[in-house]
Amino acid sequence: MNMQRIRNFCIIAHIDHGKSTLADRLLEFTHTVSGREMQNQLLDNMDLERERGITIKSHAIQMKYMYKGEEYTLNLIDTPGHVDFSYEVSRSIAACEGALLIVDASQGVEAQTISNLYLAIGHDLEIIPVLNKIDLPGAEPEVVADEVIDLIGCDREDIVLASGKEGIGIEDILNAVVERIPAPKGDPNEPLQAMIFDSVYNPFRGVEVIFRIFNGSINKGDRIKFVNTNKEYFADEIGILGMNQIPQQTMSAGNVGYLISGIKVAKEVKVGDTITHVKNPCTTMIKGFENVKPMVFAGIYPVDTTEFEELRASMEKLQLNDASLVWEPETSAALGFGFRCGFLGMLHMEIIQERLEREFNMTVITTVPSVQFKALMNNNEYKIVNAPSDMPEPNLFKHIEEPFVKATIITASEFVGPVIQLCMEKRGQIKNQVYLTSERVELSFDMPLAEIVFDFFDKLKTISRGYASLDYELIGFKQSHMVRLDVMLNGEIVDALSAIVHRDKAYEWGKRLCEKLKELVPRQMFEIAIQAAIGTKIIARETVKALRKNVLAKCYGGDISRKRKLLEKQKKGKKRMRQVGNVEVPQEAFMAVLKLD
Amino acid sequence: MIEKELELRKNFFPSKLKVETLYLGGGTPSILSLGHLEKILTQIDKNYALDLKELTLEANPDDLNKEKLLGYKSLGIDRLSIGIQSFDDRVLSFYNRAHKADDSLKVVDLAKSAGFEKLSIDLMFGFPFEDHSIWESDLSLALKIDPGHISSYALTVEPKTALGKWVEKGSFRQASEDFQAEQFEMLMDSMEKSGYIQYEISNFGKKGQFAVHNTNYWKAIPYLGIGPGAHSFDGKHRGYNIANNALYIRKLENNELPYTKEDLIGADLANEYILTSLRTIWGTDLNWLKSNFDFDLVKEKKETVQQLFQQNLIKFDNDKLLLSKEGKLLADSIAASLFF
Repeated sequence: MNMQRIRNFCIIAHIDHGKSTLADRLLEFTHTVSGREMQNQLLDNMDLERERGITIKSHAIQMKYMYKGEEYTLNLIDTPGHVDFSYEVSRSIAACEGALLIVDASQGVEAQTISNLYLAIGHDLEIIPVLNKIDLPGAEPEVVADEVIDLIGCDREDIVLASGKEGIGIEDILNAVVERIPAPKGDPNEPLQAMIFDSVYNPFRGVEVIFRIFNGSINKGDRIKFVNTNKEYFADEIGILGMNQIPQQTMSAGNVGYLISGIKVAKEVKVGDTITHVKNPCTTMIKGFENVKPMVFAGIYPVDTTEFEELRASMEKLQLNDASLVWEPETSAALGFGFRCGFLGMLHMEIIQERLEREFNMTVITTVPSVQFKALMNNNEYKIVNAPSDMPEPNLFKHIEEPFVKATIITASEFVGPVIQLCMEKRGQIKNQVYLTSERVELSFDMPLAEIVFDFFDKLKTISRGYASLDYELIGFKQSHMVRLDVMLNGEIVDALSAIVHRDKAYEWGKRLCEKLKELVPRQMFEIAIQAAIGTKIIARETVKALRKNVLAKCYGGDISRKRKLLEKQKKGKKRMRQVGNVEVPQEAFMAVLKLD
Repeated sequence: MIEKELELRKNFFPSKLKVETLYLGGGTPSILSLGHLEKILTQIDKNYALDLKELTLEANPDDLNKEKLLGYKSLGIDRLSIGIQSFDDRVLSFYNRAHKADDSLKVVDLAKSAGFEKLSIDLMFGFPFEDHSIWESDLSLALKIDPGHISSYALTVEPKTALGKWVEKGSFRQASEDFQAEQFEMLMDSMEKSGYIQYEISNFGKKGQFAVHNTNYWKAIPYLGIGPGAHSFDGKHRGYNIANNALYIRKLENNELPYTKEDLIGADLANEYILTSLRTIWGTDLNWLKSNFDFDLVKEKKETVQQLFQQNLIKFDNDKLLLSKEGKLLADSIAASLFF
């Protein structure tokens, strides 16, 4: 295949700006799929993704397009659109020479779009700006075009006007891809150098690796290795990705495809890793590889303690196709056996929880999410703190450091006040404020990651009536006065409810948590003291009064059996509660912390 | 059909066992004519060995008049349980009772003058009124007419009943747990002051006035229930009669017994014994549990028993486990916590 007639590109767009619909139109126009095959939003093929309207895992699809009598191969590489998956986005971008920047003509540019756009510009991608949804009554193509021109410094005539829904501008986009995006560079005769930018788990065939070849070529049956994991495989099957997989004998520099080599465990396939030949390997690996690190940690426990082994089996299966999920067994006095899990972010955590429920029929309790702290110990060594139980005794360390991010928020100017206030409440420091247009502002803050992972995004959406977008990147660790806040029921610490919080917020946190628990813990035969404490110091208290009356009136001949069964049933129901000391705690109480406010 | 069932089940009790109490109730047998009642009693006499110590009839206040009362007396009925519920028309109209408060006040005197020495009235409490004034006046009126025995129940909302559905829909607000508890305490206090003994959670009687029939339920003594929906207990099994009237009749017409039997295993019997005995003044006999079910309650439930004791919810009298006054309010929770 002639490299000059290959174009590799991705789409950068905010959620809801119409990426999927537009991608569908491109596939239809190039006859990659027939109308009958056409399902809406083809590229998002996980149920969950479709419901949430986001692409969680990227895929690639190849189209053939005739332009001025020549057939071109267009590889469209899909990218995830959520900040939890920013590393994956960066690898997808690294596999391309160009990007479509899709902006909703009625909404303008959003924070996530900008950060991905900068990533793309950083990788020297040719940007083709597309104003989508120009058919909508609220569209303001002129205003949004100004914004785009400001942003990337293009000319007005470079912007393609389109509507995925109406099929407007589709041909213009395809022509622009061919004309403006450079053909891949690289040498088919050099040693093989290909980058893994995605993987798909297939329970029958093992992990399907999605790759982009930068140099050299690969043949079916070749002995290959992955440079970072240093594992060797045979290329049992290679091919290109149309609507279905199309096996090939050989593929060479510039192209995008899939590889099947009997890999059973997703962990062996690291996004960003380099594929080369065992004999005659390339001398350098592809830049930018990172081991994906979890950002958020939480305990996952089976609701029914007897289902621990089942949960383990489910987690193992999940990990087969989600290499970014990490976990290790953990024990809680209150919840029994479970797992300490690391997630890329809160969305990732929610996805895992939902997948456990949907795909494996497991109901689980998730404990308070935490970020990773570092404790500088008295001996000047750092101790990693992923969970409240890891927190060392106060006399053993000098200070705690917590991860900070640079958060970028774009919002309408009328919401600047509330947004700043929210960020200040979340211990943020404003760093920059730029008016993108007279009505849209970009705000930058340095903020603790711990404050962002919690419910920040929901709050941001609420105060800005949905008109705010958020992006963040880690900027390092800073010293913070973090404390471990414990919750006690009748004097017993409930380990599953402990949290690491900033000292200034501990009082408020403790108070709200105690109040919430008071609503959720049922009255029992004795009074229950709910206390929040830092070390031995009690900072908040609520009381669940003792049950006053629990006796059914009549108990004659016909009532006895019925009443016994009723009480036995109630007693059985109580077995599903967790016992903390002498207090019975319902499952919901452990989730209470996630729903404070 | 009642007569037919009585005949078909005449061998329910072992021959050496004599029937000591009869209770005509569960519904309102006071609407039956004296002739009907006589027929039923004759049928019982014909088929069962009797050594009657108590014959109770349940009655609605508005069904009773002097003539009927004398008639009952002549049939051998020596105890009346009168469903007064309240002396307040607001409560009665809520409860859909045909009688008025005035009827109730007169009926006890009427029964006394007809020669009934054993009289019981039913009282309801726990209605979601603003304060306790209605209950206070109900209690003082009840004590004034001095029936000798009072059964008193809190309004209980159960699912699938009309009331349960109202509560679900939000058209009826239940009284709070604390409100009901206060009224229950008022009941216990005023009964105690007036010489009534709380021999069971919901039953108060002066000396010699305790209901023998009901007491036997709580002592796990066998009983036979006749009629649709009636329950029986032979010491090991419990039988439930079909509740649907038409089906009940059809079965008997075909000479079939209209009940289903349930085997009670040891744990069921032990739990039922704990549940019922704990509610009584005689308490739970720990030795009886040991010898009959090999269940050493204090040993097996050591922590629970200790905790209940420390909280003053239970007390001991030799080998009997009894509820304290506070414990009576929580009888169900306590019983469940001691279950086998």
